[in-house]
Amino acid sequence: MSKKFVEDFKVAENIALNSSNFLIKLVSPKKLPDIKPGQFVNIEVKNSDEIFLRRPFSIFEIDYQKNTLSLIIKILGRGSKKLTELKAGDTVNLVYPLGKSFTIPQSDDRILLIGGGSGVAPMLFLAKESGLNRENVDILLGARSREDHVDASEYSKYGNLHFTTEDGSFGEKGFVIHHSVFQQINSYSKVYTCGPDAMMRAVAKTAKDEDIFCEVSLENLMACGFGVCLCCIEPTQKGNLCVCTEGPVFNIKELKW
Amino acid sequence: MVDLNVKIHDLELKNPVMTASGTSGFAEELTDFYDVGQLGAVLLKGTTLKNRDGNPYPRMAETASGMLNAVGLQNKGIDYFIENIYPRIKEYNTPLIVNVNGSTVEEYIEVTEKVNELDKIPAIELNISCPNVKEGGMSFGISCPSAEAVTREVRRVYDKTLIVKLSPNVTDITEIAKAVEGQGADSVSLVNTFLGMAIDSEKRIPLLSTVTGGLSGPAIKPIALRMVWQVYNAVKIPVIGMGGIMNAADAIEFLLAGATAVQVGTAIFKDPFIPVKIITGIEEYLTRHKMQSVNELIGCLQM
Ligand SMILES: Cc1cc2nc3c(=O)[nH]c(=O)nc-3n(C[C@H](O)[C@H](O)[C@H](O)COP(=O)(O)OP(=O)(O)OC[C@H]3O[C@@H](n4cnc5c(N)ncnc54)[C@H](O)[C@@H]3O)c2cc1C
Ligand SMILES: Cc1cc2nc3c(=O)[nH]c(=O)nc-3n(C[C@H](O)[C@H](O)[C@H](O)COP(=O)(O)O)c2cc1C
Ligand code: FES
Repeated sequence: MSKKFVEDFKVAENIALNSSNFLIKLVSPKKLPDIKPGQFVNIEVKNSDEIFLRRPFSIFEIDYQKNTLSLIIKILGRGSKKLTELKAGDTVNLVYPLGKSFTIPQSDDRILLIGGGSGVAPMLFLAKESGLNRENVDILLGARSREDHVDASEYSKYGNLHFTTEDGSFGEKGFVIHHSVFQQINSYSKVYTCGPDAMMRAVAKTAKDEDIFCEVSLENLMACGFGVCLCCIEPTQKGNLCVCTEGPVFNIKELKW
Repeated sequence: MVDLNVKIHDLELKNPVMTASGTSGFAEELTDFYDVGQLGAVLLKGTTLKNRDGNPYPRMAETASGMLNAVGLQNKGIDYFIENIYPRIKEYNTPLIVNVNGSTVEEYIEVTEKVNELDKIPAIELNISCPNVKEGGMSFGISCPSAEAVTREVRRVYDKTLIVKLSPNVTDITEIAKAVEGQGADSVSLVNTFLGMAIDSEKRIPLLSTVTGGLSGPAIKPIALRMVWQVYNAVKIPVIGMGGIMNAADAIEFLLAGATAVQVGTAIFKDPFIPVKIITGIEEYLTRHKMQSVNELIGCLQM
């Protein structure tokens, strides 16, 4: 158990990355606690009658000097839509920091980070925090089409960027598992992935077959986010575990995939 | 200073605000946010004799002003609780109440006997109202003879404060309340969740793996309040009220309707500090209305 907070943040900026993804930077009046890649916040959606519960989002960037925390929000339904309408100066309430982080790589690791859809944020955060030279970090991002990709060019300082699109409009054509770097999965000592279930399962299957260390970050439906409701469970080798407290990051060996 | 103390039979509470079972874990999770010693009491997660995995995912669905859950009493069983969890939490400075569940009367008795041995557990809440299990659970709480039988048998083996938690999924909740009072219940708590359902119209599938589940949150508050009022007028034992309480005003409504104490459930998912804010809110209300004690509110609805 570790200290958690319920805190009002101010929206510093809200930038449309493309038609469905928004980068929302929040600033806290207080000093931020230590936050690691893979951890998330549970954010309140205000002024909405139909939206009762908070919505969980991975932490994308953190700046301890400026006390800012950023999220990448992809529009899925009502809550995410409403959050992307936030304006600079608006107040939002967060429960944070939640969940466990990815295993931080060791200095001799070569890692492959695979992100898709709403799972891009924690992958880029991990790339930045990996502590590795960029030549030992490959970042593979998948999307349907060119316009669905977010501009990650800034992250090329932390790793080599690779892209796939289903229609071939950008990067290699196909799903992430069809990409040429994924074909070389054996050259990595650790593989990390976050994104749509089908994508993570496909990555996990290959990693398991090849016996490569692989962590996935799950996005199960959540009510509380801090372990009291038991709604977010995932069946594991150790029984049903709460994704919000025992995860969201799991080693694929723990899962029943 | 206003006096917030209330008494549920032998159980003395520093204030009337408890956290509801299944919404506050084993209290430990709340200590990540604040000192649980501030709370009137904590109702621990529903416990059964043996390990239960609960129902398959998905177990929850958001609904208008509330949510449905179908957790299905996932827990590791009473022995695991006694060996592994109880030693960690027993020194918390608030009464910890075990929520006792079973699929047979014998199981309720066995769990109760084990809890009776625990010094730091001053009361149990007998859950005869869980809508999310196939056997036992709510089936005990929706007919007078079975509610009487389980209360009577548990009363025989338990000498501390016995609270019986009632199901709202009945035609007349006062009948069940009177039945368990007649068998020696020291208090009744109400309500548990209402049986409900939600559908994804696009996919044409139920949103819960179990199709139906328990509705909680502000959506149920007016019905819960009505039931507390009815039960308060039907029994002599103290009533513990809950159902959709989100703030101090909601809690005070339940006290006015006759609840000696309240439980806060689903609100904790929105903000774990809500129970603490409610305590402060009740204090402020009493000061503002120049009242000395919270007992001046209980059942004092002006007609
Ligand atoms: C730990 C964690 C981290 C996350 N990180 C991010 C992130 O960084 N960026 C991001 O964009 N999103 C992230 N998500 C997903 C995000 O929480 C959901 O997209 C959001 O809650 C959807 O809310 P909504 O109101 O827009 O959708 P709703 O209107 O509630 O739902 C729209 C539809 O999507 C389905 N749905 C909603 N949430 C989920 C879910 N989690 N899994 C499967 N189906 C779902 C609903 O059943 C419904 O059919 C994360 C989720 C978790 C649990
Ligand atoms: C996720 C969840 C789990 C619950 N688990 C239990 C339980 O184990 N035992 C029990 O008696 N009630 C359980 N309840 C019911 C609550 O204790 C409470 O009676 C109900 O939710 C109504 O109050 P509320 O609207 O404040 O949540 C649960 C409710 C929820 C939402
Ligand atoms: S979301 Fe409540 S336990 Fe995980």
